[in-house]
Amino acid sequence: MQGDELRQKIKEVMVEELMLEQDPSEITNTIPIFGAGGLGLDSVDALQLVVGLEKHFGLKIGTSDAAKGILESVETIAREIEKSA
Amino acid sequence: MRSILITGGNGGLGLGIARYFLNHDPEANVWLGVRQNRAQAEILSNEFAGHCQMIDLEVTSPDAWKSAVEKIMESDGRLDVLVNNAGLHRDCLLAAMPNETWHSVIAANLDAVFHGCRAVVTPMMRQRFGRIVNIASLSAVLPPLGQTNYAAAKAGVVAFSQTMAKEVARSGITVNSVLPGFINTEALGEMDDEARKQAQRGIPMRRFGKPEEVAAAVYFLASTDAAYITGAALKIDGGIL
Repeated sequence: MQGDELRQKIKEVMVEELMLEQDPSEITNTIPIFGAGGLGLDSVDALQLVVGLEKHFGLKIGTSDAAKGILESVETIAREIEKSA
Repeated sequence: MRSILITGGNGGLGLGIARYFLNHDPEANVWLGVRQNRAQAEILSNEFAGHCQMIDLEVTSPDAWKSAVEKIMESDGRLDVLVNNAGLHRDCLLAAMPNETWHSVIAANLDAVFHGCRAVVTPMMRQRFGRIVNIASLSAVLPPLGQTNYAAAKAGVVAFSQTMAKEVARSGITVNSVLPGFINTEALGEMDDEARKQAQRGIPMRRFGKPEEVAAAVYFLASTDAAYITGAALKIDGGIL
């Protein structure tokens, strides 16, 4: 899975795993996942997201430093999955 | 089918909890975490063959936890309930307490809960469901003399449970602790008759608790009906506190 299909699937996984009360289509590829001005998720969400990405895409994120870069946005997650495929 | 791991599976309370699960949930698969002593656990696992089995688990060892959880996941494909029941006490007045006595009690009662919860948290997050019940003690909130080590460890278990409960709440995992008072297990066997009578006089119900009375609370906290209860510290003490 790659491209737009992958990005759409990531958004669906985020909504499902993090129990977000919004439609996946409302999440843009580049909106920041954490912090103000973005989706406003926190470190507890990050843990569940890491587990969800491994479960659905086999993406293993080894360290918290790596997680910071990868979990910036849907786009950065998608690139990492495409890189590791 | 629910997969359930109970540590301290050869002790009176662990066996009582296991038996309660097995009697009330015939579909359950109960794993009894044991070390060297396993005679009683073996009897129970034979009685409920096919639904109850022993698993080697030195609770102070992260590696042992890793192996045990991997084995359960391979066998059952999931782990729904962890009951951290294993523990020990080595009472001693603080002024005379050797370092080793302090550290061994902290390791068996508090470190073990940390290792256990860390071993199961990812599989439970992955399945978006989990029930963790940590067996603390009334000593956590009403400590007697000679239990600086045990009381500190059990108070730690309560605080640990409350903190973890917040961290995993969104993942469908609940974490609660129960605080048994005087329960009729081998631990009370160390008391002489006079000490037992004196203890009973201090209990408003005038009797010691039964393992199944603790088990019933654990069973409820581990159920889907208890989905909105997390971070709770439930004392089971016949009204002492």
